[in-house]
Amino acid sequence: MTLLEFKDLHVTYRGSRGRLPAVRGVDLRVDAGETLGIAGESGCGKSTLAMAVLRLLPKSAEVSGEILLDGEDLLKMGWGRLRAVRWTGASIVFQGAMHSLNAVQRIGRQIAEPILVHEAKTTPAAAAKRAEALLERVGLPPSRARSFPHELSGGQRQRVMIAMALACDPDLIIADEATTALDVMVQAQVLRLISDLVTERGVGLVMISHDLSVLSAVCDRAAVMYAGRIVEEGPAHEVFAHARHPYSAALGAAFPVIGDPAARMNPGGLAGDPPDPARLPQGCSFRPRCAVAVERCGAESPELLEVGSARVSACFVAQEGMPVVL
Amino acid sequence: MSSEEKTLTARGLRVEFGLPGGRVARAVDGVDLDVAPGEIVALAGESGCGKTTLARTLLGLERATGGTVAFDGVPLRYSTRALKAYRRQVQLVLQDPTGALNPRHTVYDAVAEGLRIHGISEDEPGRVAEALSRAGLRPPEQFFLAYPHELSGGQRQRVVIAGALVLRPSLLVADEPVASLDASVRGEILSLLLRLKEEQGLGALVITHDLGLAWSIADRIAIMYLGRIVEQGPVEQVLTAPRHPYTRALVSVLPRFSEAQSPVAEPIVLAGELPDASKIPGGCRFRPRCQEVASGNAAAVLHQCTGEDLKILGPEAEPHLVACHLDRSLHGDARMAV
Ligand SMILES: Nc1ncnc2c1ncn2[C@@H]1O[C@H](COP(=O)(O)OP(=O)(O)OP(=O)(O)O)[C@@H](O)[C@H]1O
Ligand SMILES: Nc1ncnc2c1ncn2[C@@H]1O[C@H](COP(=O)(O)OP(=O)(O)OP(=O)(O)O)[C@@H](O)[C@H]1O
Ligand code: SF4
Ligand SMILES: [Mg+2]
Ligand SMILES: [Mg+2]
Repeated sequence: MTLLEFKDLHVTYRGSRGRLPAVRGVDLRVDAGETLGIAGESGCGKSTLAMAVLRLLPKSAEVSGEILLDGEDLLKMGWGRLRAVRWTGASIVFQGAMHSLNAVQRIGRQIAEPILVHEAKTTPAAAAKRAEALLERVGLPPSRARSFPHELSGGQRQRVMIAMALACDPDLIIADEATTALDVMVQAQVLRLISDLVTERGVGLVMISHDLSVLSAVCDRAAVMYAGRIVEEGPAHEVFAHARHPYSAALGAAFPVIGDPAARMNPGGLAGDPPDPARLPQGCSFRPRCAVAVERCGAESPELLEVGSARVSACFVAQEGMPVVL
Repeated sequence: MSSEEKTLTARGLRVEFGLPGGRVARAVDGVDLDVAPGEIVALAGESGCGKTTLARTLLGLERATGGTVAFDGVPLRYSTRALKAYRRQVQLVLQDPTGALNPRHTVYDAVAEGLRIHGISEDEPGRVAEALSRAGLRPPEQFFLAYPHELSGGQRQRVVIAGALVLRPSLLVADEPVASLDASVRGEILSLLLRLKEEQGLGALVITHDLGLAWSIADRIAIMYLGRIVEQGPVEQVLTAPRHPYTRALVSVLPRFSEAQSPVAEPIVLAGELPDASKIPGGCRFRPRCQEVASGNAAAVLHQCTGEDLKILGPEAEPHLVACHLDRSLHGDARMAV
């Protein structure tokens, strides 16, 4: 069953630099209990996409298209309905959120708060009990409810953020770079926790990261974004191991698989910067950094088309069945 | 250049910090390490294990509380003059190019700064141009008057590296040189380090928490845990056949294409986090988190794990060295086994 669906989503920021198209026509689907990864480098629009789901974008953002949660268009919802959907329908673990915990409030209180706000019948004592159970669920001793954020390590704070996201039993969790700042081992702990929760509760998960290898470890499917568009989508493992877009290939090479002889003493790399959304090149937006571009790439913008079973790519070269790496 | 010459060596290096309440953090707790021109050595380990402290001490920015740092066979001296001379040979590259560059200085001034500090005025433009092209910014004159904000993230980090190269050092110490860069730009900087080594014989100690980076560019790797190197050797051996339980756990949780390729069959997710450097456990420092102890595999050597600190691993490039009582009981003392 479809849990979340983006239909031709556009987000444009209006600001001092003029109009900035941050998301330019995204179509994506997540089924209940499914995990979708979204990868792409800084500025490609990942967080904008995530925030659009809960309508957390600033007023300067123009949004068009549809975002359906359980068939209901979030963009058309009234504020009352939207407030109910936040937390219970979908919740977000933000990028760098572990720094956004309230420094002077105990952890338990912060986890209990959304429960009290959204469930009128719950007493403070019952909410506090639930907060302790949630802490236990994310692998922290319930006694931690009495701690202040500064008494916890980065990995522990990230667990608290996950506990908060789970507080009202949402059907969908969006994790925006939830493990990026963490060490390998702590990241593995948090990723395992997230995977277990998905299996156990059947929630849908959208996981955002710039590290394709992390997504391939946790997600069923992966979508790669470049300059506000999806440029490739398919089974996460496949996208990582056998990219069908030159940009996904470069992104995958950035975090090589240890033991892969092709990656040994070969860091790959992609010259240049992500494109400036205010000044996108003509044709394929990746062309200025692309090593396999053909003439057509400078003139036309490639559509997302099928390039294999359950796989789509917005690259003319891949669509011709040609290799996307030299 | 023979590999004995111009080698940076640490022997029994210790760095302690006094903490409030009279406690002492043993940030670096006995390290032997060699870095020679023409080789890239990766130093990897969890946040707080002492990597930056070790790097700062190798550069003379921090004073060792025990052991020695020497370059080209000469122990480091800490007079301003001696340090200045030393830094013409061994240069530090920091992680954040945006923080390392002054936004109001042109690329030329940023790179020439090192020459000015060292009072080298001869052919300044020529040397700046040379450093920029060695860092892959070509033609260099085109970058002279650019400001940092006009450059890409990768180009900014190249300018930082050019600033280190302008003094023609034989070694670089790079602390997380790509951690703040975008995924697709990382490769560009790592390729540069690799080229500087291969084409110009530069040596580098690259500090990272990312084992994939070591696989991409390093010849040797040292795995650090709580102030000590617990395993070291050629990258191929350490990363495809890890032996220390800590290294095995680190390698086991890395994503890969298929389980079959992993040298460690099951992912080992260690519980807990790196203990505090002011409370280093006695015996083997890894014991409280060791999966071999927890599973009972180490039962035969448990008394040693609990009661006997391990010897500091030697700095030899070969063979593969491991600081673990269990490994020693299975493989014998690596140093005897050559
Ligand atoms: N509030 C805003 N006003 C104007 N422009 C914005 C705003 N927020 C984001 N942008 C711009 O929109 C684009 C997409 O930003 P977004 O934060 O979605 O990227 P991202 O993929 O999440 O990047 P990162 O990996 O760095 O988090 C960028 O060019 C960014 O500068
Ligand atoms: N100036 C200092 N005073 C007291 N303790 C310090 C000081 N510098 C470092 N430490 C402690 O020494 C230990 C090692 O720190 P260090 O910064 O070297 O680790 P690291 O491996 O570089 O970590 P990261 O990956 O987070 O950069 C830590 O426990 C740290 O708290
Ligand atoms: S010495 Fe013992 S405790 Fe330490 S790593 Fe080896 S088996 Fe584990
Ligand atoms: Mg973001
Ligand atoms: Mg550090």
